[in-house]
Amino acid sequence: MIGTQQSRKNSLTSLILVAVMLAAVVVLDQVIKPTDSMSMLLKVLQKGSIYALAAVSMNLLNGFTGLFSLGHAGFMLIGAYTYAIFTIPSEARDVVYQYYDAAIRISFPEVLGNALGPVGTLVGVVLAVIAAGLAAAVIAWLIGLPVLRLKSDYLAIATLGFAEVVRAVFQWGKLGPVTNGSNPLKSFVRINAFQLKLGGTTISLTTFVPVLLATVCIAFIVLLVNSTYGRSFKAIRDDEVAAEAMGINLARHKMLSFCVSSFFAGVAGAGMAMVLGIAQASNFKSAMTYEILLMVVLGGIGSISGSCIGAMLFIAASEWWLRGLDSGVFLGINAPGIFRNGFRLVVFSVIIMIVVLFFRKGIMGDRELPDLLKKRPGKGAAGK
Amino acid sequence: MSTILKVENATMQFGGVVAVDNLNLEVNEGEIVALIGPNGAGKTTAFNVITGVYQPTNGAVYFQGERIVENHPQGKLKKLYKGEHAGEYTHVLAPTPDHITKLGMARTFQNIRLWKSQTVFDNVLIAMHCRTHANFLAASFRFNRKEEREQRDRVAGLLETVGLYDVRNELATSLPYGKQRRLEIARALATAPRLLLLDEPAAGMNPQETQELTAFIGEIRDSFHMTVFLIEHHMDLVMDISDRIYVLDFGKLIAQGTPEEIQNNKRVIDAYLGVAEDA
Ligand SMILES: Nc1ncnc2c1ncn2[C@@H]1O[C@H](COP(=O)(O)OP(=O)(O)OP(=O)(O)O)[C@@H](O)[C@H]1O
Ligand SMILES: [Mg+2]
Repeated sequence: MIGTQQSRKNSLTSLILVAVMLAAVVVLDQVIKPTDSMSMLLKVLQKGSIYALAAVSMNLLNGFTGLFSLGHAGFMLIGAYTYAIFTIPSEARDVVYQYYDAAIRISFPEVLGNALGPVGTLVGVVLAVIAAGLAAAVIAWLIGLPVLRLKSDYLAIATLGFAEVVRAVFQWGKLGPVTNGSNPLKSFVRINAFQLKLGGTTISLTTFVPVLLATVCIAFIVLLVNSTYGRSFKAIRDDEVAAEAMGINLARHKMLSFCVSSFFAGVAGAGMAMVLGIAQASNFKSAMTYEILLMVVLGGIGSISGSCIGAMLFIAASEWWLRGLDSGVFLGINAPGIFRNGFRLVVFSVIIMIVVLFFRKGIMGDRELPDLLKKRPGKGAAGK
Repeated sequence: MSTILKVENATMQFGGVVAVDNLNLEVNEGEIVALIGPNGAGKTTAFNVITGVYQPTNGAVYFQGERIVENHPQGKLKKLYKGEHAGEYTHVLAPTPDHITKLGMARTFQNIRLWKSQTVFDNVLIAMHCRTHANFLAASFRFNRKEEREQRDRVAGLLETVGLYDVRNELATSLPYGKQRRLEIARALATAPRLLLLDEPAAGMNPQETQELTAFIGEIRDSFHMTVFLIEHHMDLVMDISDRIYVLDFGKLIAQGTPEEIQNNKRVIDAYLGVAEDA
């Protein structure tokens, strides 16, 4: 009864908006040529959408459940490697694992592609992405058993430590046959492999694929957050004692949030591998976790649209808009003396500090985009 | 009339401090029973033992005829233990509070603990989560529409009952004190309890609000077939609605009986009522 009609209308509107956005991405992918100066926009969309997924999944845990965890890079690493390992084609495997005798020799897209054609290849990729999420979720479950009992600061330290251990383990020579040691994994299925052949024309789906992946996953997280389970997460965040007294099993719900968050961190890791075309443990340092945390804070802790905006702005600023600060020309000003390597980071840090100072609660606070049109619940919003 | 709650030889010791000392009490189905006593007497601690927030140092708690909590002094407390009945309990039964809530016991808090970022409506709705059957995937994909609609209808009904339906879309913490206490009661009722524990439901209320609350607690008992066990300092309220009263002082039970018996009990007047009259 209450609000269902309204919410149905809202979800229909969101659905249409998302469809329009996805269509626009496909169009942009065809119109913008790799040599255009606007091709950076595509790069930003590809990387930004994956980071948006990472930020939203972190927000589920840190923002919605109130569990301050810093293990994200670790779970993304697990996801990236799982995806890469299961999508490297067999003819490339021995070249990739040049110093080791590869232990895992199955490629999902290849096996299914041989059996079912192009659709099989696609299913294989999807399965590898799901496997990436599941691998991260299973590890999360294992470390969650001891770690989730810890209180906030200790939880952050323990998960941070966990991520560092994961990075070390994946670079460990003894595991080389599986992880390729400290050498990168390459040659697996990347985003530029996705094309649609319609008659004579080829439609590139390079940007569409990561955006679609992120959209589907974020949509699920939105559904979860607005379900009875998501409401319980927020109750745990607001007051754990009251939540437990009202029958919410803390251990189970914290574990659920942790595993779902890690699942999507793993999927984001897979997406990252697809976008970059390389999976290497040394890329998943804790600095990556901090970057994602910054996106969450910039966007607003407890706001999913905020995390998406935060991630897109962050990636756009660091990879595109502020590029000139490192390479001599910025906003038409040619000053190679000032605008040289490293200056971008300085400016970037200052901007972030300013944003954090003036938007204490991030760009969105704990609101979502549709809320901007509505009045905030609180004093005076009574009635209706 | 059957016993719904029984506390047996319960002692709660924090280090060397004995907050509840060998407490024995029973609450029967359909009764309104009060637990009174001076500040720091151990009333809230007794509630915390009953609801699983604290594990008693020694003793047991029975709910609906079943032993739900049991403990005996262990580890460091073995030496420190000052209470009685030390050797009588051998098992350890320590369910978490959510488990006890699911058995059918719900409570409110002395220092209001509403979920502050949630609306009035959602505060009550979230309390129904413990009765949800859908798993997280089913709930995310909205396969539980029917269940959720029923829950929302029940929340609306509950809010009508406590007179908060008009403010359902406001943030819980934006309500005045008295309404927040009512909301806590509605939230506790949303977990579908058989026994309702209220920790100072009238604290901070003016005389008129207190009177309304007194009537309301009676209504809850009658219309929800509820058993109510409450802690309260407002003696008007306590004497008005209680079937029986337990009096706690320095963790020990010093008296029990009907309101008339308690009002005329010399020990209670000395330890508590006399002081309350002055204050
Ligand atoms: N977690 C704890 N650790 C140590 N001591 C505690 C703890 N909880 C309660 N106590 C002590 O137990 C005693 C009883 O406290 P309790 O809160 O149960 O009193 P109360 O009867 O509810 O008082 P009031 O009427 O003021 O609410 C107090 O001396 C208190 O300091
Ligand atoms: Mg108290």
